Amino acid sequence: MEGDMMSFKVQVESLNAWFRDRQVLKKINMQINEKAVTAIIGPSGCGKTTFIRCVNRMHELVPGARVSGKIFLDGEDIYAKGTDAVKIRRKIGMVFQKPNPFPTMSVYDNVAAGLKLNGVKDRKRLDGVVKESLKSAELWDEVKNDFDKSGASLSGGQQQRLCIARALAVEPELILMDEPCSALDPSATARIERLMRNLSKDYTVVVVTHNMQQAARVSDYTGFLYLGQLIEFAQTRAIFENPRNKLTENYITGRFG
Amino acid sequence: MNKYTSRRIKNLVMMTLAYVALIIALIPLASIIIETIARGASAINLNFITQETAPLGQVGGGIGPAIEGTLLLVGFASLWAVPIGVLSGIYVAEFRDNIVARTARFMNDVLSGMPSIVLGIFAWIIVVLVVGWSVIAGAFALGIMMIPIVSRTTEEAVKLVPGTIREAALALGVPRWKTTLTVVMSSSKRGIATGILLAVARVTGETAPLLLTILGSRFWFAGLTEPTAALTLTVFDLSQSPFVSVDLPRAWGASLILIMIILGIYIIVRYLTREKYGR
Amino acid sequence: MAKEKPNRTKSLFLYFHDRIRKFYSYSINGFRTFWKRRKSGDLWFKGTIGLVACSVFVIMGLMVLKFLQQSSLSITTYGLSFLVGSTWQPFPPDPNAQPVFGALPPIAGTVVTSGVALLLGVPISLGIALALSEFAPRRFGYVVSFLVELLAAIPSVIYGLWGIFVLMPFLTQDVYPFLQKSFGFLPFFQGRIGGFNALTAGIILAIMIIPTVSAISRDAFAAVPGSQREAFVALGATRWETARFVVGYSRSGVIGAVVLGLGRAVGETMAVTMVIGNSFQVFGSLFDPATTLASVIANEFREATSPQIYVSAIMELGLILFLLTLVINLLARLTIRRSMRMVRGAELL
Repeated sequence: MEGDMMSFKVQVESLNAWFRDRQVLKKINMQINEKAVTAIIGPSGCGKTTFIRCVNRMHELVPGARVSGKIFLDGEDIYAKGTDAVKIRRKIGMVFQKPNPFPTMSVYDNVAAGLKLNGVKDRKRLDGVVKESLKSAELWDEVKNDFDKSGASLSGGQQQRLCIARALAVEPELILMDEPCSALDPSATARIERLMRNLSKDYTVVVVTHNMQQAARVSDYTGFLYLGQLIEFAQTRAIFENPRNKLTENYITGRFG
Repeated sequence: MNKYTSRRIKNLVMMTLAYVALIIALIPLASIIIETIARGASAINLNFITQETAPLGQVGGGIGPAIEGTLLLVGFASLWAVPIGVLSGIYVAEFRDNIVARTARFMNDVLSGMPSIVLGIFAWIIVVLVVGWSVIAGAFALGIMMIPIVSRTTEEAVKLVPGTIREAALALGVPRWKTTLTVVMSSSKRGIATGILLAVARVTGETAPLLLTILGSRFWFAGLTEPTAALTLTVFDLSQSPFVSVDLPRAWGASLILIMIILGIYIIVRYLTREKYGR
Repeated sequence: MAKEKPNRTKSLFLYFHDRIRKFYSYSINGFRTFWKRRKSGDLWFKGTIGLVACSVFVIMGLMVLKFLQQSSLSITTYGLSFLVGSTWQPFPPDPNAQPVFGALPPIAGTVVTSGVALLLGVPISLGIALALSEFAPRRFGYVVSFLVELLAAIPSVIYGLWGIFVLMPFLTQDVYPFLQKSFGFLPFFQGRIGGFNALTAGIILAIMIIPTVSAISRDAFAAVPGSQREAFVALGATRWETARFVVGYSRSGVIGAVVLGLGRAVGETMAVTMVIGNSFQVFGSLFDPATTLASVIANEFREATSPQIYVSAIMELGLILFLLTLVINLLARLTIRRSMRMVRGAELL
């Protein structure tokens, strides 16, 4: 929508989503810029989590869920007939609200999980990627001496960074984060917010958050969702300082939600 | 993309194998039911169900005493085992953190894993040595088998009753014991009934404990301290008979009746639990 | 102005009078409270049904006691040779000779038939558990799981009847010759092919443990938290890869399920008795007739009225079976309990 010369990593066209009989997303059109952080905000129940789960085709796994519309990732429609969802998910990394490292695996194995799925067995290569990912996730220094610890034995903030490292290890095209800080304390949150900004230098990041201040701090672009519709989408500064839509203004000034 | 395609192929192969396993398991089920119907239906008629049993190899007679025996044995077993099982289950569910309750639960689990023939031996030692081969002994053996099942299902049913219902009653000033006996029990009565039916279905099909306690008989019920017949035992004895042409169809006929009784109970159970699964 | 010298006796009296009064009132109050609680019934209730719940302790305790009692004669007469001897002669041909009892054939038979049952039954059960919990759509799974449950509802004696007259002909005509042709170089596939043998018993046992092993495995799979599954799927995993992850995650639950299946196989009586052939030779081939602990008891109990040593020997077999299943069941329950705790613990974060 802006006159940036950057190409669009993700293009959403007329996305509709249902859960049983209820329509959760209504004709969403959105363009996500490459190598930037895009935040999706809105009150509870507005469909932000459903939206982000449609991007990596996780929404359809829920029984009773239905999706229509197109989402282009690097120009290819992920919902085209015959596209394998597994392939799509392989290209997209996801970080969930509650950190969910695999407790039955060590820190090392957690990060390497995605790679091993893809058949990478070469120990040296695995070591290299694990190190790089842990460094990018700013967890390297804290675990470098203790790889065999179970993934679940870390603190909340560390676990979330481990999940980020796990997502990074497969070199995704896109990173989706669903309220990644809502289960963490303020200092861990601050670290992850800083991490998000750093990641956007190399990756395209989409964050769902219910915390407006976080969106203002972290993102380059913001989209406001309300009752399943995209009300406004613009550069973050524009949304917060000069919202065009009355609803957006009400939400931002705290009149509801 | 080669690695990727091999992953897809592996996925397909494994999923197919899993479904194949499913089919392999269901073939015996189908075979048993079909064969029992095919081979047993011809033996069943009014005489079969109502007449006393003829000696092995002799034509005529029926398995009336066996049907009566099974019903009586299961009935008497339920009489003493169900109250114990239900009360025991309530205790474990209501006083969960008590060490006695926890151990009782564990013991129940262990008891439920005991082979039925071991329980039959126990019944033989306790009852048959005192009273002889008898209905009481058989009812005792079957009862021991029923207690853990009834106790466990009662416990699960009572646990499901939401705490809010209990609290509402207690807040009204109803004493704890009354709450349990009235409010909690009426909320869980469907689960308890289901549990009792499952236990009944289970022991109806048991042979080994009866082998060691009731001796078997060709005649109608003769008294609590006398031997008696039972469907399962009859099937076993008939299957061992050398007079195959006469006794084998009877064995299948008895099996058919047995299966019908048990399947009937299971259908009732499924009917009672149908709401739990929603649409 | 107070009296200069208070009456000593009077103050002592007052002192004691006071103390007695206090003691009296406390005990009356205590008794009243106790009486109120008694009347309220809570204690009565808890006590009564607690006693009822203890009946299970009584049963188990009595069982151990009685079994030991009844088999003591045999234990003291034969000692350890009972476990390794292979002769079973309640009525030796020589009227002056003592009866000889050795339990090795039934013990070996129990081990082998259970082994075959696990070998065949566990993979099928796992396949079913995965198919129903990971691969199949909901409605389908609901119907099919009911059918698998029905397998458990069929009485053992009917399995036996079907085993003799339906399964056995099929096996002896079509399967066993093929097995002997292809694997005859292995010692346990040699020898004369009959229908009544350990292999047939093992196959029927395998079918009979499928409902147990698959149901408990499914429970273990269902206990894997959804968030874990999601995280794995989000990495881009196929259904099968996710299934493998789930099995690994719940592995102790699966082990518990297998051990429980083993317990059932060891204790199963009627179906095995009817197809195993009941021969006391320590068999060499799977095609030979054999015997198991449970089937000896089932076969010989009704006739073993005398001599006393015969009864005692059979009781000892029962004791062995009792202890064996007790240990197996304890192990299974403890394993399953531990696995559930670990899975739930990881979720609590």
